[in-house]
Amino acid sequence: MTADNGASKALSFHVEGEHHVPNGTLLGFWIYLMSDCLIFACLFAAYGVLGHEYAGGPRASEVLELPIVAVNTTLLLLSSITYGFAVLEMQANRKGMMMMWLAITGLLGAGFIGLELKEFAHLISIGAGPQRSAFLSSFFTLVGTHGLHVTSGLIWLVTLMVQVGKKGLIPANKRRLMCLSMFWHFLDLIWVGVFSFVYLMGVLS
Amino acid sequence: MSEHADTQHGHDDDHDHDGVGAIHATLKGYMTGFGLAAILTFIPFWLVMSGAFAKTGPADALILLLAGIQIVVHMVYFLHMSTKSEGGWNMLAFVFTVVLVVITLSGSIWIMYHLNDNMMPWTMQDARNQP
Repeated sequence: MTADNGASKALSFHVEGEHHVPNGTLLGFWIYLMSDCLIFACLFAAYGVLGHEYAGGPRASEVLELPIVAVNTTLLLLSSITYGFAVLEMQANRKGMMMMWLAITGLLGAGFIGLELKEFAHLISIGAGPQRSAFLSSFFTLVGTHGLHVTSGLIWLVTLMVQVGKKGLIPANKRRLMCLSMFWHFLDLIWVGVFSFVYLMGVLS
Repeated sequence: MSEHADTQHGHDDDHDHDGVGAIHATLKGYMTGFGLAAILTFIPFWLVMSGAFAKTGPADALILLLAGIQIVVHMVYFLHMSTKSEGGWNMLAFVFTVVLVVITLSGSIWIMYHLNDNMMPWTMQDARNQP
Protein backbone atom coordinates (compact mmCIF):
# COMPACT_ATOMS: atom_id res chain seq x y z
CA MET A 1 0.00 0.00 0.00
CA THR A 2 2.73 2.42 0.93
CA ALA A 3 4.95 1.32 -1.97
CA ASP A 4 2.10 1.86 -4.40
CA ASN A 5 1.53 5.25 -2.96
CA GLY A 6 5.20 6.15 -3.24
CA ALA A 7 5.12 5.44 -6.96
CA SER A 8 2.06 7.54 -7.61
CA LYS A 9 3.56 10.30 -5.55
CA ALA A 10 6.70 10.37 -7.68
CA LEU A 11 4.63 10.91 -10.81
CA SER A 12 2.23 13.53 -9.54
CA PHE A 13 2.96 17.15 -10.39
CA HIS A 14 0.68 18.75 -7.90
CA VAL A 15 -0.14 18.19 -4.27
CA GLU A 16 -3.36 16.25 -4.17
CA GLY A 17 -5.97 17.52 -1.79
CA GLU A 18 -4.16 20.73 -1.10
CA HIS A 19 -7.46 22.55 -0.76
CA HIS A 20 -8.31 20.50 2.32
CA VAL A 21 -7.98 22.38 5.55
CA PRO A 22 -5.55 20.20 7.49
CA ASN A 23 -6.86 18.66 10.74
CA GLY A 24 -10.23 20.35 10.28
CA THR A 25 -12.38 17.87 12.17
CA LEU A 26 -10.19 17.56 15.22
CA LEU A 27 -9.75 21.33 15.51
CA GLY A 28 -13.51 21.80 15.14
CA PHE A 29 -14.14 19.19 17.78
CA TRP A 30 -11.61 20.89 20.06
CA ILE A 31 -13.51 24.16 19.70
CA TYR A 32 -16.74 22.31 20.59
CA LEU A 33 -15.01 21.00 23.71
CA MET A 34 -13.94 24.53 24.61
CA SER A 35 -17.56 25.72 24.32
CA ASP A 36 -18.61 22.77 26.48
CA CYS A 37 -15.98 23.96 28.92
CA LEU A 38 -17.84 27.28 29.11
CA ILE A 39 -21.10 25.50 29.97
CA PHE A 40 -19.34 23.77 32.82
CA ALA A 41 -17.69 27.04 33.89
CA CYS A 42 -21.16 28.59 34.25
CA LEU A 43 -22.40 25.59 36.24
CA PHE A 44 -19.30 25.70 38.44
CA ALA A 45 -19.88 29.43 38.98
CA ALA A 46 -23.50 28.76 39.91
CA TYR A 47 -22.38 26.11 42.37
CA GLY A 48 -19.68 28.44 43.71
CA VAL A 49 -22.32 31.09 44.37
CA LEU A 50 -25.09 28.82 45.68
CA GLY A 51 -23.05 26.00 47.22
CA HIS A 52 -23.40 27.35 50.75
CA GLU A 53 -27.08 28.29 50.59
CA TYR A 54 -28.51 25.35 52.49
CA ALA A 55 -31.93 26.88 53.27
CA GLY A 56 -31.85 25.06 56.59
CA GLY A 57 -31.44 21.75 54.75
CA PRO A 58 -28.55 19.31 54.81
CA ARG A 59 -25.04 20.69 54.43
CA ALA A 60 -22.57 19.40 51.87
CA SER A 61 -20.48 17.73 54.55
CA GLU A 62 -23.55 15.86 55.80
CA VAL A 63 -24.77 14.33 52.54
CA LEU A 64 -21.70 13.87 50.33
CA GLU A 65 -19.98 10.52 50.76
CA LEU A 66 -16.33 10.54 49.81
CA PRO A 67 -15.73 6.75 49.57
CA ILE A 68 -18.23 6.46 46.69
CA VAL A 69 -16.63 9.48 45.01
CA ALA A 70 -13.18 7.96 45.43
CA VAL A 71 -14.34 4.77 43.67
CA ASN A 72 -16.05 6.84 40.96
CA THR A 73 -12.91 8.89 40.40
CA THR A 74 -10.84 5.72 40.14
CA LEU A 75 -13.26 4.22 37.60
CA LEU A 76 -13.18 7.32 35.41
CA LEU A 77 -9.40 7.67 35.58
CA LEU A 78 -8.99 3.97 34.70
CA SER A 79 -11.41 4.38 31.80
CA SER A 80 -9.24 7.25 30.56
CA ILE A 81 -6.13 5.11 30.45
CA THR A 82 -7.96 2.14 28.88
CA TYR A 83 -9.22 4.46 26.13
CA GLY A 84 -5.59 5.51 25.71
CA PHE A 85 -4.66 1.84 25.22
CA ALA A 86 -7.44 1.56 22.63
CA VAL A 87 -5.96 4.53 20.74
CA LEU A 88 -2.52 2.84 20.79
CA GLU A 89 -4.04 -0.36 19.37
CA MET A 90 -5.85 1.73 16.75
CA GLN A 91 -2.56 3.28 15.69
CA ALA A 92 -1.09 -0.21 15.38
CA ASN A 93 -4.17 -1.28 13.36
CA ARG A 94 -4.99 -4.12 15.77
CA LYS A 95 -8.76 -4.09 15.59
CA GLY A 96 -9.52 -6.95 18.01
CA MET A 97 -7.37 -5.58 20.81
CA MET A 98 -8.78 -2.11 20.26
CA MET A 99 -12.34 -3.37 20.54
CA MET A 100 -11.43 -5.14 23.76
CA TRP A 101 -10.04 -1.95 25.32
CA LEU A 102 -13.06 0.02 24.10
CA ALA A 103 -15.35 -2.53 25.75
CA ILE A 104 -13.41 -2.24 29.03
CA THR A 105 -13.64 1.56 28.78
CA GLY A 106 -17.39 1.26 28.28
CA LEU A 107 -17.78 -1.02 31.30
CA LEU A 108 -15.79 1.35 33.52
CA GLY A 109 -17.88 4.28 32.26
CA ALA A 110 -21.09 2.34 32.90
CA GLY A 111 -19.85 1.56 36.41
CA PHE A 112 -19.29 5.28 36.97
CA ILE A 113 -22.80 6.15 35.83
CA GLY A 114 -24.29 3.33 37.88
CA LEU A 115 -22.61 4.53 41.08
CA GLU A 116 -23.59 8.13 40.38
CA LEU A 117 -27.24 7.18 39.84
CA LYS A 118 -27.12 5.18 43.06
CA GLU A 119 -25.77 8.25 44.89
CA PHE A 120 -28.48 10.47 43.38
CA ALA A 121 -31.20 7.98 44.30
CA HIS A 122 -29.88 7.84 47.86
CA LEU A 123 -29.83 11.65 48.14
CA ILE A 124 -33.38 11.95 46.83
CA SER A 125 -34.59 9.16 49.13
CA ILE A 126 -33.31 10.98 52.24
CA GLY A 127 -35.09 14.16 51.16
CA ALA A 128 -32.00 15.85 49.75
CA GLY A 129 -33.32 16.12 46.20
CA PRO A 130 -32.65 19.04 43.85
CA GLN A 131 -35.74 20.90 45.10
CA ARG A 132 -34.54 20.99 48.73
CA SER A 133 -32.11 23.94 48.60
CA ALA A 134 -30.06 26.11 46.26
CA PHE A 135 -27.01 24.08 47.19
CA LEU A 136 -28.66 20.83 46.11
CA SER A 137 -30.15 22.38 42.95
CA SER A 138 -26.76 23.57 41.78
CA PHE A 139 -25.14 20.31 42.89
CA PHE A 140 -27.55 18.14 40.90
CA THR A 141 -27.29 20.42 37.87
CA LEU A 142 -23.49 20.41 37.79
CA VAL A 143 -22.91 16.73 38.59
CA GLY A 144 -25.94 15.66 36.55
CA THR A 145 -24.74 17.54 33.47
CA HIS A 146 -21.39 15.78 33.76
CA GLY A 147 -23.20 12.46 34.14
CA LEU A 148 -25.28 13.18 31.03
CA HIS A 149 -22.08 13.86 29.11
CA VAL A 150 -20.61 10.54 30.22
CA THR A 151 -23.85 8.81 29.20
CA SER A 152 -23.64 10.43 25.74
CA GLY A 153 -20.03 9.30 25.56
CA LEU A 154 -21.12 5.73 26.32
CA ILE A 155 -23.77 5.80 23.57
CA TRP A 156 -21.19 7.21 21.18
CA LEU A 157 -18.71 4.50 22.23
CA VAL A 158 -21.17 1.68 21.50
CA THR A 159 -22.10 3.29 18.17
CA LEU A 160 -18.44 3.51 17.18
CA MET A 161 -17.80 -0.11 18.18
CA VAL A 162 -20.62 -1.17 15.85
CA GLN A 163 -19.24 1.03 13.07
CA VAL A 164 -15.72 -0.32 13.48
CA GLY A 165 -17.13 -3.84 13.60
CA LYS A 166 -18.88 -3.32 10.28
CA LYS A 167 -16.38 -1.23 8.32
CA GLY A 168 -13.09 -1.84 10.10
CA LEU A 169 -10.42 0.71 10.90
CA ILE A 170 -11.01 3.00 7.93
CA PRO A 171 -9.69 6.59 8.15
CA ALA A 172 -13.17 7.96 8.88
CA ASN A 173 -13.56 5.62 11.83
CA LYS A 174 -10.10 6.50 13.11
CA ARG A 175 -11.03 10.16 12.99
CA ARG A 176 -14.22 9.44 14.96
CA LEU A 177 -12.29 7.40 17.50
CA MET A 178 -9.88 10.30 18.01
CA CYS A 179 -12.80 12.69 18.52
CA LEU A 180 -14.32 10.39 21.13
CA SER A 181 -10.88 10.08 22.71
CA MET A 182 -10.76 13.84 23.18
CA PHE A 183 -14.35 13.86 24.48
CA TRP A 184 -13.69 11.06 26.96
CA HIS A 185 -10.47 12.57 28.34
CA PHE A 186 -12.20 15.95 28.51
CA LEU A 187 -14.93 14.46 30.73
CA ASP A 188 -12.28 13.06 33.05
CA LEU A 189 -10.74 16.54 33.15
CA ILE A 190 -14.07 18.11 34.13
CA TRP A 191 -14.48 15.43 36.78
CA VAL A 192 -11.20 16.56 38.36
CA GLY A 193 -12.86 19.95 38.87
CA VAL A 194 -16.05 18.32 40.19
CA PHE A 195 -14.45 16.09 42.80
CA SER A 196 -12.10 18.84 43.95
CA PHE A 197 -14.45 21.81 43.97
CA VAL A 198 -17.72 20.09 44.89
CA TYR A 199 -16.90 16.97 46.88
CA LEU A 200 -13.57 17.53 48.62
CA MET A 201 -14.09 21.22 49.36
CA GLY A 202 -17.76 20.57 50.19
CA VAL A 203 -16.85 17.97 52.80
CA LEU A 204 -14.27 20.33 54.32
CA SER A 205 -16.60 23.32 54.57
CA MET B 1 5.09 1.84 20.23
CA SER B 2 6.52 5.10 18.99
CA GLU B 3 7.70 3.33 15.84
CA HIS B 4 4.15 2.32 15.12
CA ALA B 5 3.00 5.85 15.71
CA ASP B 6 5.55 7.20 13.27
CA THR B 7 4.78 4.82 10.42
CA GLN B 8 1.12 5.48 11.01
CA HIS B 9 1.81 9.17 10.74
CA GLY B 10 3.47 8.94 7.34
CA HIS B 11 0.74 6.66 6.09
CA ASP B 12 -2.06 8.94 7.15
CA ASP B 13 -0.41 12.05 5.80
CA ASP B 14 -0.43 10.55 2.34
CA HIS B 15 -3.96 9.26 2.44
CA ASP B 16 -6.27 11.43 4.41
CA HIS B 17 -6.43 14.97 5.57
CA ASP B 18 -8.26 14.72 8.81
CA GLY B 19 -5.18 15.01 10.95
CA VAL B 20 -5.62 11.76 12.84
CA GLY B 21 -2.04 10.80 12.04
CA ALA B 22 -0.77 14.09 13.41
CA ILE B 23 -1.39 12.88 16.95
CA HIS B 24 1.50 10.84 18.31
CA ALA B 25 0.06 8.81 21.13
CA THR B 26 2.64 6.72 22.94
CA LEU B 27 2.39 4.19 25.72
CA LYS B 28 5.00 6.13 27.69
CA GLY B 29 2.96 9.33 27.43
CA TYR B 30 -0.25 7.67 28.59
CA MET B 31 1.45 5.88 31.47
CA THR B 32 3.21 9.07 32.60
CA GLY B 33 -0.10 10.93 32.51
CA PHE B 34 -1.89 8.14 34.34
CA GLY B 35 0.77 7.92 37.05
CA LEU B 36 0.78 11.68 37.64
CA ALA B 37 -3.03 11.87 37.61
CA ALA B 38 -3.28 8.98 40.09
CA ILE B 39 -0.85 10.66 42.48
CA LEU B 40 -2.55 14.05 42.13
CA THR B 41 -5.92 12.43 42.83
CA PHE B 42 -4.71 10.32 45.73
CA ILE B 43 -3.09 13.18 47.68
CA PRO B 44 -6.18 15.42 48.10
CA PHE B 45 -8.51 12.45 48.76
CA TRP B 46 -6.14 11.09 51.38
CA LEU B 47 -5.70 14.49 53.03
CA VAL B 48 -9.45 15.04 53.30
CA MET B 49 -10.57 11.49 54.10
CA SER B 50 -7.92 10.90 56.75
CA GLY B 51 -8.96 14.12 58.43
CA ALA B 52 -5.44 15.52 58.19
CA PHE B 53 -6.89 18.85 57.20
CA ALA B 54 -8.57 21.26 59.54
CA LYS B 55 -11.52 22.89 57.81
CA THR B 56 -9.86 26.08 56.63
CA GLY B 57 -8.66 28.13 53.67
CA PRO B 58 -5.21 26.62 53.08
CA ALA B 59 -6.80 23.20 52.53
CA ASP B 60 -9.08 24.60 49.82
CA ALA B 61 -6.16 26.37 48.19
CA LEU B 62 -4.10 23.17 48.14
CA ILE B 63 -6.99 21.11 46.69
CA LEU B 64 -7.53 23.69 43.94
CA LEU B 65 -3.80 23.86 43.22
CA LEU B 66 -3.54 20.06 42.86
CA ALA B 67 -6.68 20.05 40.67
CA GLY B 68 -5.13 22.75 38.47
CA ILE B 69 -1.94 20.74 38.07
CA GLN B 70 -3.92 17.59 37.26
CA ILE B 71 -5.94 19.43 34.61
CA VAL B 72 -2.68 20.47 32.95
CA VAL B 73 -1.46 16.85 33.16
CA HIS B 74 -4.65 15.65 31.43
CA MET B 75 -4.29 18.33 28.77
CA VAL B 76 -0.71 17.43 27.93
CA TYR B 77 -0.68 13.63 28.23
CA PHE B 78 -4.27 12.61 27.40
CA LEU B 79 -5.51 15.38 25.10
CA HIS B 80 -2.08 15.67 23.42
CA MET B 81 -2.11 19.41 23.70
CA SER B 82 0.96 21.48 22.95
CA THR B 83 1.72 24.93 21.61
CA LYS B 84 2.28 23.37 18.19
CA SER B 85 -0.78 21.11 17.90
CA GLU B 86 -3.15 22.15 15.09
CA GLY B 87 -0.71 24.86 14.13
CA GLY B 88 -1.25 26.73 17.37
CA TRP B 89 -5.02 27.06 16.96
CA ASN B 90 -5.64 24.55 19.73
CA MET B 91 -3.69 26.68 22.14
CA LEU B 92 -5.31 29.90 20.97
CA ALA B 93 -8.84 28.52 21.48
CA PHE B 94 -7.77 27.11 24.82
CA VAL B 95 -6.27 30.38 26.09
CA PHE B 96 -9.41 32.23 25.02
CA THR B 97 -11.53 29.69 26.91
CA VAL B 98 -9.37 29.97 30.02
CA VAL B 99 -9.81 33.77 29.99
CA LEU B 100 -13.61 33.40 29.74
CA VAL B 101 -13.68 30.71 32.44
CA VAL B 102 -11.64 32.85 34.83
CA ILE B 103 -13.86 35.89 34.21
CA THR B 104 -17.04 33.82 34.67
CA LEU B 105 -15.92 32.03 37.82
CA SER B 106 -14.09 34.78 39.67
CA GLY B 107 -16.56 37.45 38.53
CA SER B 108 -19.63 35.51 39.63
CA ILE B 109 -18.24 34.46 42.97
CA TRP B 110 -16.76 37.88 43.73
CA ILE B 111 -19.88 39.87 42.87
CA MET B 112 -22.37 37.45 44.43
CA TYR B 113 -20.30 37.28 47.60
CA HIS B 114 -20.52 41.05 48.03
CA LEU B 115 -24.16 41.06 46.99
CA ASN B 116 -24.91 38.53 49.72
CA ASP B 117 -23.03 40.70 52.19
CA ASN B 118 -25.08 43.74 51.26
CA MET B 119 -28.46 42.10 50.92
CA MET B 120 -28.62 39.84 53.92
CA PRO B 121 -27.83 41.70 57.12
CA TRP B 122 -29.04 38.74 59.17
CA THR B 123 -27.34 35.66 60.43
CA MET B 124 -27.77 32.12 59.18
CA GLN B 125 -29.64 31.41 62.39
CA ASP B 126 -32.29 33.94 61.34
CA ALA B 127 -32.44 32.42 57.90
CA ARG B 128 -33.06 28.96 59.35
CA ASN B 129 -35.78 30.18 61.65
CA GLN B 130 -37.69 32.19 59.09
CA PRO B 131 -41.32 31.04 58.62
